[in-house]
Amino acid sequence: MAEEAPAPAELAKVDYRPPARDWREPAVDFRRGTYCYGAAPKNLQYLGLPNPRPWQPHDADWKLPPDWKQTILAGMKDRLERFRSFRLFMDICVRCGACADKCHFYLGTGDPKNMPVLRAELMRSVYRRYFTLPGRLLGRLGGGRELTEDVLKEWFYYYHQCTECRRCSVFCPFGIDTAEVTMMGRELLTLVGCNINWILEPAANCYRTGNHLGIQPHAFKDSVDFAVDELEEMTGIRVEAPINKKGAEILYVIPSAETFGTPHYYTLLGTLLLFHAIGLDYTLSAYASEGGNFGLFTSHEVMKRLNAKIYAEARRLGVKWILGGECGHMWRVVHQYMDTMNGPADFLEEPVSPVTGTRFAQARSTKMVHICEFTADLIREGKLRVDPRRNDHWVATFHDSCNPARAMGLLEEPRFVLRSVCQRFHEMPESTIRERTFCCGSGSGLGTDENFEMRMRGGFPRANAVRHVRDRFGVNLVACICAIDKATLPPLLEYWVPGMNVAGVHELVGNALVVEGEKARTQDLRGQPLASPEAPAGA
Amino acid sequence: MSALAPLALVLLLAGLALGAAQIAGLRPVLGVLLPYAAFVTFLLGVCHRILVWVRAPVPFRIPTTCGQQRSLPWITPSRIENPSSTAGVVARMALEVCLFRSLLRGSRAELREGPRLVYADDRLLWLAALAFHWSLLLVVLRHLRFFLEPVPAAIRALAALDGFFQLGAPGLYATDVVLVAALGYLLWRRLANPQLRYLSLSADYFALYLLLGLAASGLLMRHVVRADVLAVKQLALGLVTLSPTVPEGVGSLALLHLLLLSTLAAYFPFSKLMHMGGIFLSPTRNLANTSRAHRHVNPWNAPVATHSYEEWEDEFRDKIRAAGLPLEKG
Repeated sequence: MAEEAPAPAELAKVDYRPPARDWREPAVDFRRGTYCYGAAPKNLQYLGLPNPRPWQPHDADWKLPPDWKQTILAGMKDRLERFRSFRLFMDICVRCGACADKCHFYLGTGDPKNMPVLRAELMRSVYRRYFTLPGRLLGRLGGGRELTEDVLKEWFYYYHQCTECRRCSVFCPFGIDTAEVTMMGRELLTLVGCNINWILEPAANCYRTGNHLGIQPHAFKDSVDFAVDELEEMTGIRVEAPINKKGAEILYVIPSAETFGTPHYYTLLGTLLLFHAIGLDYTLSAYASEGGNFGLFTSHEVMKRLNAKIYAEARRLGVKWILGGECGHMWRVVHQYMDTMNGPADFLEEPVSPVTGTRFAQARSTKMVHICEFTADLIREGKLRVDPRRNDHWVATFHDSCNPARAMGLLEEPRFVLRSVCQRFHEMPESTIRERTFCCGSGSGLGTDENFEMRMRGGFPRANAVRHVRDRFGVNLVACICAIDKATLPPLLEYWVPGMNVAGVHELVGNALVVEGEKARTQDLRGQPLASPEAPAGA
Repeated sequence: MSALAPLALVLLLAGLALGAAQIAGLRPVLGVLLPYAAFVTFLLGVCHRILVWVRAPVPFRIPTTCGQQRSLPWITPSRIENPSSTAGVVARMALEVCLFRSLLRGSRAELREGPRLVYADDRLLWLAALAFHWSLLLVVLRHLRFFLEPVPAAIRALAALDGFFQLGAPGLYATDVVLVAALGYLLWRRLANPQLRYLSLSADYFALYLLLGLAASGLLMRHVVRADVLAVKQLALGLVTLSPTVPEGVGSLALLHLLLLSTLAAYFPFSKLMHMGGIFLSPTRNLANTSRAHRHVNPWNAPVATHSYEEWEDEFRDKIRAAGLPLEKG
């Protein structure tokens, strides 16, 4: 647990020298703080996944099904035939090492098996042994490795020490994407029931209730109502926040953490205020109350099952198009998978901003627009009155979340919004932002307490860059557009760079927004006093 | 260990070639039989491997985006690093294939006191890889003069340009020097860098030794133990016109050179060297980032079990009603 984690000075002593032991001899030490607990059987059962049983990774006996080896190999064969990426990435790596020190887990642990190339070799060696001629003929000489229980345990350990952030793919001369290999690894592990609970519990909850925490419809409505009340207290404005409203123009899908978690909640406040200011005809949904998708961290099939509700709900409510909130991996699913898996969305219309008339042509097939695209357009077209002085108590930097940066390319929109509403903004070093951004170290479902040490190690490069801008420019706020970031950056920064704050971009939008009929704003959406209390609005 | 066994293997091959070259009955094996067998293996192997890749579908559009997406008209998109058009993809691939764009991003992370992570540009790998691949291509093109009669003017011009520096007689080819230097560096970094040494397999060294052996035997034939160029050309022409012969004048070094080449060709389809074809098929590089603008179709997209709104409403009906939210079935 967190309180038992070694001190930062201790963790920062990373030894990058490889051990003497040959990497092909599998050996995993499930040391406290460096792995996640196994999935509870009830979660597997609810999703109908194989081999539900009580077990833990630190157990000697993993209670694998008797034919686990055939299952894995058959699953591998099946996926090699269904995914060109998988087959190709197994075949063409030249082990040049360009990716080696690009991984945050490698930088934070010094464990050579966290070099993306070697993490993939854990799988490739098995692939060669069973699926290539040299490996079948020559075994180890042909680069092959027998699939044993120890190898499987190693897969489990290291494929949950990859956050599928794709940073290595940026540097690879062939674009080999470790995220893709990790996804395959986790899919194969799922076939024999080796999942982690921090992923399967949200996935099962999401399947049943529509969101990760298992918030039921009435509780979801309570949270939203509470936000509406709070907003009125702060601004004097009573906003509408419709839920499951048929015939609204836009369905707004959020990461559910915005209804209960901080600092996510302040982003929701900012967004509700924004929608009120522009008179948007929208609805939330208690059924599609989660854009996040822990199926992405389980298997393509579970991803599809969880994602289906978004289009289904858009169709049921009869909206024209869908707007999506600040969530990283949700956008990876929406951008790269949703239309393919659950489209075509031919019952929706090409998104057009009802305020500016701007056509979002980049989303004409999925019909789903990112809130930062939407707001950037509003600001650019002069449809928002903002007073950036209301964010003068913040000196902000922007953390690019992995998925919007490397699986989408949403780089300028959030920056444009941020610069428009916040006067003091500084970028982190170029080698740590945009397509080279560093993961928070807890993405892809690894943000659980028992994994604390590993998360601190994995998040070290990000925290390091934050410290750099804190020391240099006095930065006191990391803005980001990802719900997992908002959950995991606070403890990470508390550990490495104490005193730092984390916020969503739309929280700052909400602070700066000048809304008709508001009372004089003396506090930000967190209830903190503004740096320079201002004259009443409209004065 | 990983580095030594393949070296022994390549030396053994060289020794076998030199020995067999002395035995009249075995010269056709080295000069004709093995090259043919290797060529057929190469051709069939490469075709098979590419077919295996092509037969596997690309179910999802998963480009790695390395720049700004195309979204609002006033935001400048990264047309090449995050392509939204075919032209952009072609440009991205061309940069990748011809200039190793991604390797050019190379950097080195270093942990210093503080603790402070610092990143320095590191383009040595990019430079060595580029130098090696381009010089190898030019060397291969230059070798066409052995297989073509008359020799095309372009090949002649290339050879003349390559020997431009006119060092010694016969002139030293610039590409030979660059090729050996680059291969030497690639081998050296694999051995000298502890992380790289740790992850390198025998196969990684084997390819390097074969290529170094080819370069060394080629250089020896040109500058030290002069090969009978006419005889070698006769052998080469005989192979391509399917009237093979191994003339007297073909020396043991030439046969050794040919054996190493045959080994490389036969080994190629079963090895990482297939990245030559694979790079063109990489879905993270050869697709436009238009996932939201155009629907990408997955051929095996099968229905899955979902939890429908109706099931959800049935389970929570009373709570939905109590919360005052609308119901489909009152």
